[in-house]
Amino acid sequence: MDKKSIERRRQQAVAKWEELQKSPIPFIYIGAGSCGLAAGAADTQSAVEEYLRRKGLNARIVQVGCIGPCYLEPLMDVQMPGQPRISYSNVTAKDVAYILNGFFENGEITKSRLAGHFGDGDLDGIPRFFDLPMLKPQVRIVLRNCGLIDPEDVDHYLARDGYKGFEKSLSMTWREVLDTVKRSGIRGRGGAGFPTWRKWATCRETESDQRYLICNADEGDPGAFMNRSLIEGDPHAVLEGMLIAAYTIGASQGYVYIRAEYPLAIKRLKKAIAQMREMGLLGQNILGSDFSFDIKIKQGAGAFVCGEETALIASIEGKRGMPRTRPPFPAIAGLKGQPTIINNVETLGTLPNILRNGAEWYAGYGTDTSKGTKTFSLVGKVRRTGLIEVPLGITLREVIYDIGGGTQKPFKAVQSGGPSGGCLSEEFLDLPIDYEHLAEVGAIMGSGGLIVVDSDTCIVDMAKYFMGFTQKESCGKCVPCRVGTRHMVEILEKVCDGKADLSDLDKLEKLGHTVKNGSLCGLGATAPNPALSSLKYFRSEFISHVKDKRCPAVTCKNLVVYRVIAGKCTGCQRCVKVCPTGAITGPRSEPHNLDQSKCIKCRSCYEICRFDAIAGDAIIIES
Amino acid sequence: MSEDGLTTIGQEFKGERGDLIPILQRAQDLYGYLRPDAIRMISRWLKISENEIFGVATFFAQFRFHPPGQHHIKICLGTACHVKGGEQILTIATHRLGVGAGETTADGKYDLDRVACLGCCALAPVVAFDDKIYSQMSVLKIQRILDGQKID
Ligand SMILES: Cc1cc2nc3c(=O)[nH]c(=O)nc-3n(C[C@H](O)[C@H](O)[C@H](O)COP(=O)(O)O)c2cc1C
Ligand code: FES
Repeated sequence: MDKKSIERRRQQAVAKWEELQKSPIPFIYIGAGSCGLAAGAADTQSAVEEYLRRKGLNARIVQVGCIGPCYLEPLMDVQMPGQPRISYSNVTAKDVAYILNGFFENGEITKSRLAGHFGDGDLDGIPRFFDLPMLKPQVRIVLRNCGLIDPEDVDHYLARDGYKGFEKSLSMTWREVLDTVKRSGIRGRGGAGFPTWRKWATCRETESDQRYLICNADEGDPGAFMNRSLIEGDPHAVLEGMLIAAYTIGASQGYVYIRAEYPLAIKRLKKAIAQMREMGLLGQNILGSDFSFDIKIKQGAGAFVCGEETALIASIEGKRGMPRTRPPFPAIAGLKGQPTIINNVETLGTLPNILRNGAEWYAGYGTDTSKGTKTFSLVGKVRRTGLIEVPLGITLREVIYDIGGGTQKPFKAVQSGGPSGGCLSEEFLDLPIDYEHLAEVGAIMGSGGLIVVDSDTCIVDMAKYFMGFTQKESCGKCVPCRVGTRHMVEILEKVCDGKADLSDLDKLEKLGHTVKNGSLCGLGATAPNPALSSLKYFRSEFISHVKDKRCPAVTCKNLVVYRVIAGKCTGCQRCVKVCPTGAITGPRSEPHNLDQSKCIKCRSCYEICRFDAIAGDAIIIES
Repeated sequence: MSEDGLTTIGQEFKGERGDLIPILQRAQDLYGYLRPDAIRMISRWLKISENEIFGVATFFAQFRFHPPGQHHIKICLGTACHVKGGEQILTIATHRLGVGAGETTADGKYDLDRVACLGCCALAPVVAFDDKIYSQMSVLKIQRILDGQKID
């Protein structure tokens, strides 16, 4: 395909897209990202199919990716001819008939479960979807298509200016593209925030006839899913970004290194790559230019450290995924010793927008040093969880309260940057989110994981959790990381068990600095961050564990006990049935007994008593 | 059948060193785990010692060296799931199945594993039962799921 024919294809796609907006048959969109599916979207879709069949109705069902507010999943949108698309939330299979009856039987908009509409202006007092509190403060650039288009239909992407950014770059020299990326100010979204243009320049300027581009979709931060959502919801955006990057750095072979835990994302990528090939967007002389490029998918095999550039390369080469010392940096000597650029999914997915709309437009968002927008996975104890995209410089408070709706129990901390990041207390809520401010206080932006916790979460336990994670994922090559992280875990376990003394906290701190300074790669060099930041900002909680042998959040297993309050227990036996160890006994209608020696502190009795029993709160957990 | 399946896989690759991990992944898809005879074949074919192949394979969490159970239960212990009580869900599963994470029940029916994030963190805690993902789990729901699965 050459430039003319892609333009023709795009015009057809636009016509198809517009027809879809004005379609004479109704459309029903199902949010079928991994999160939607986990919430039951497949059952919802079957119920829709069944409904249409039963009523003999003609409507089309389209699966879309995640639009962001995962807490509203499963989402189902209904678009009747001549009406805007209207979104319904938490639609389980049993809600389908009721919602669709409104439209198909009564000819009106069903009001229950309504989330918002996607039209312009007012519609019967229904809010616009993008005016919902979770969405209004957001700026959707890289996520612009997610949840709106069918990710498996390349025409949808084309109709929304897909591949225009790449075409624009083909009409420029590589230096001009590089300069555009430089002026846009975009920095790597994978964690370190290195200016994208700078490593590209190094790579391009290194003499070689074979350069490689790798898209890093390893997404190792446990508790973050920005990259998964983007690939599932708009795979072509990432692939178009790869074309732009490859053209600029002069790469002829690209790889997507993606974790095997993301089967849906892998499927969508494979499909999208096949569509590109069919349209001549991959292969020799792309769009009639002298640029040739191809993309292969490599599935990660489950090692966090393989998100690190040199370890990732080792793993693609078929070796143990161990990092090596840098320099030489991969931009100079990477895959098979050749100049290699590794960019994160989101960095790449943003590029088409920068090329299409211009560097200055993009640089108009963000702060002086941190330009543009960033996606975050906002999870944990906030009310509105999901995937968001915000301009950099926005404060943590705006994200957690305006977008996330705050927490139910009192806010305690927000953890940014995953196992490499830090845990920040309430006093930092007005901190602007950008690379510099977060680093200054001992956290990092990382790839965009934001985990909010409330008074029910124990900070020491969370530090132990992260430390345990990095310890297990340490590749073992260097001593500070291999041995140091293990000792740090042991100290934290002692604290959680109430067996530590104050000198252990000093040891923890000292050891943390040694591991930070002595480790070979970023894994070890950042592994102590969660522990060190927690120790700094939540010292009193550590002290409670050490001195009073108490866990204020009532979380640490060995410091809590479960008790039945005899005066409140009605003897309904619900807890007796649910206790997996038989620790609770007692005849009906008499207060039950809890045998501490058998209790494994699994919380089942507590939950059933609170939600399902007659008394309601006859079981308490104390520390 | 073993040799045939592997030979077919072999034809998809050039036989380069970089193909090692994808080939191991395909072999595991085929047999459910890395069988010693499969490793031997791959070793001969890629001219990499078995020792080295084991070295690579044991590095990665994905590879298994024992036959899998009939059902695979994965309890997510990513950060989001951890702070929402994933640990207690694992405690119950461990207790009910009588095996720890990473083990298979004696009757070969269930594999129990802890995983670090299934990408549905906004709906934590999450548990995968074979290919089906259950979100917003609780200590009570996991008991019900385990009960249900035991019946069939
Ligand atoms: C232990 C470790 C894990 C990492 N995991 C990831 C990851 O999952 N995804 C990612 O894009 N970058 C990850 N990185 C950062 C990469 O090494 C690299 O900086 C990044 O992919 C570069 O892309 P960018 O410049 O577009 O951000 C990790 C780094 C370390 C040290
Ligand atoms: S932390 Fe469990 S799904 Fe991400």
